[in-house]
Amino acid sequence: MDHSKKQYWQINLRYLIFLLAIWFFISYGCGILWADFFNEFQIAGFPLGFWFAQQGSIYVFVVLIFVYVILMNRLDKRFDLDE
Amino acid sequence: MIQTWTYTIVGITFLLYIGVAIWSRAGSTKEFYVAGGGVHPVLNGMATAADWMSAASFLSMAGLISFMGFDGSQYLMGWTGGYVLLALLLAPYLRKFGKFTVPDFIGERYYSHTARIVAVVCALFVSFTYVVGQMKGVGVAFSRFLNMPFEVGVIVGVAIVFFYAVLGGMKGITYTQVAQYCVLIFAFTVPAVFISIQMVDHPIPQIGMGADLPDGTALLAKLNQLSIDLGFHEYTSPDKPRIDLFCVTAALMLGTAGLPHVIVRFFTVPKVRDARISAGWALLFIAILYTTAPAVAVFARTNLINTVDQVEYANIPSWFKSWETTGLLAFEDKNGDGHIQYYNDQNPSFIQEVAEPNGWKGSELTIDRDIMVLANPEIANLPAWVIALVVAGGLAAALSTAAGLLLVISTSISHDLLKKWLRTDITERRELLTARISIAVAVIIAGYAGYNPPDYVAAIVAFAFGLAAASFFPALILGIFDKRMNMPGAVSGMVIGLIFTASYIIYFKFGGGVGHPEQYLWNISPEGIGTIGMLTNLIVAIVVSRLTAPPPLEVQELVEDIRVPRGAGKPSAH
Repeated sequence: MDHSKKQYWQINLRYLIFLLAIWFFISYGCGILWADFFNEFQIAGFPLGFWFAQQGSIYVFVVLIFVYVILMNRLDKRFDLDE
Repeated sequence: MIQTWTYTIVGITFLLYIGVAIWSRAGSTKEFYVAGGGVHPVLNGMATAADWMSAASFLSMAGLISFMGFDGSQYLMGWTGGYVLLALLLAPYLRKFGKFTVPDFIGERYYSHTARIVAVVCALFVSFTYVVGQMKGVGVAFSRFLNMPFEVGVIVGVAIVFFYAVLGGMKGITYTQVAQYCVLIFAFTVPAVFISIQMVDHPIPQIGMGADLPDGTALLAKLNQLSIDLGFHEYTSPDKPRIDLFCVTAALMLGTAGLPHVIVRFFTVPKVRDARISAGWALLFIAILYTTAPAVAVFARTNLINTVDQVEYANIPSWFKSWETTGLLAFEDKNGDGHIQYYNDQNPSFIQEVAEPNGWKGSELTIDRDIMVLANPEIANLPAWVIALVVAGGLAAALSTAAGLLLVISTSISHDLLKKWLRTDITERRELLTARISIAVAVIIAGYAGYNPPDYVAAIVAFAFGLAAASFFPALILGIFDKRMNMPGAVSGMVIGLIFTASYIIYFKFGGGVGHPEQYLWNISPEGIGTIGMLTNLIVAIVVSRLTAPPPLEVQELVEDIRVPRGAGKPSAH
């Protein structure tokens, strides 16, 4: 693999780790592991842990994919690897 | 009245699907398998969403959540979060790889016919269990609302799917699914909006479930109180062991990302960047239903308790009686006082403190959770055309998923088994004919199985996800992200992951462990064991691959090639 492709892949992996960390934190963290703690707080009539588990995490999933798409489209252009 | 509306609306939607199918029929294998690789990402997102959301998502999920409360989150997160994994870790690379099927990738990446055959068998098993459930859903919807015998309902459903799947292949299915998505999402959200306005005077159910009731108490606080008063746990708090909630959610997510009928959708778009974005569109379209469902669950649960709790049976509303005739709802006056007592009779302290002093002799209501979505508009007294719409939506959900699965089945047979293994010299015309014949046979077998549904359909679905998580997911991920991964590693990982997961599920669902949750490994239920199976697979695969020779050079080059988007081209058979 030549140098620029290697660098492209490294940056891609960094994006993945960053986005998947958020994915894990919101769903498994806020929605499951610390749900009781977050349930102590209220947001718009919802206990917060419950909101994360049944609403918030899904919204975050959608946003994560679109952010990834934007980041990758930019990266493809920067390394001249787009189609 | 309801019947006239139902016939009209279901009839119109069926004509629509048939019209779309005729307009978009397939002429080549490429059109038949991957819709020619030219589907616009937004349309592909819609089709994927319709493909993904089955009769279970549409009819059963909200009902399930309304009885599980917080713990129902495992389905909501589990069946959406997998799309993040798909978009980030699989879809773009598999699209760049540019073949028709998942077994294609496994077979070439691990340079082995054995690996391909294992993948084909898994794909067939997973798809078949799923499709049977869809056919059953079609039969139930027809028999309840059109007063047709259950069997006739199944036959009508089979005939429709047969027509457009055989004719159109992936191309016909994709465009029909776009229409079906529109029908099902409209049918799911309209009643939810109506009920939200009725109960909390807010038109958006996602916000309405957090709003205040007319008397000033918050809806969720009220529901928590109602639940506790009847001996259930608090609706908005987790009840199951946290590790089980964690593992079930993970198994569903990993399974989603490993299911062949979902992955194949990303072969239908023109470019790698389209594969990424169409996963985003798919999840957005899915999220509309998945964020509405928990609101429907809250509304339905509150409505149900208010309607039946301590009510005199003689004054029960008419919807109750019409569901009683189906046998899915039953009242048994155990203490003979003529009133309905509905409470948690598995809760010892509640029985001792509340039930016995009041002379209650057990909960008197048996409710099939599956009826909640269908009965909900009736419970809320919505107009007849809304109820008809829900029936059409349920049918759209079942038919679209069935069609997608049937395509995977026919592709596995005509492409993976015949073209790539048994008869490599077959012409395209013959391959297309075989694909059509195998889809036709598959529809008929699925229809027959739906007509005589085997028990344990739900248990088998857990099986499908667990196995997909424990077999396909690690093999695909490692195939892309670990260049050093070789055939012995991947195959031993898949085999050990499969055996571990399958034996755990069989033991606790069909064998000696039935009814013994205290024997669970670390409190993990069979639904969640796929997560442990996945980790086992991953570890075994990595260890074995490091102890054996690296994969051939051309395979390593293939891995490097799929990591960059440029040069994807059209999907090809060769």
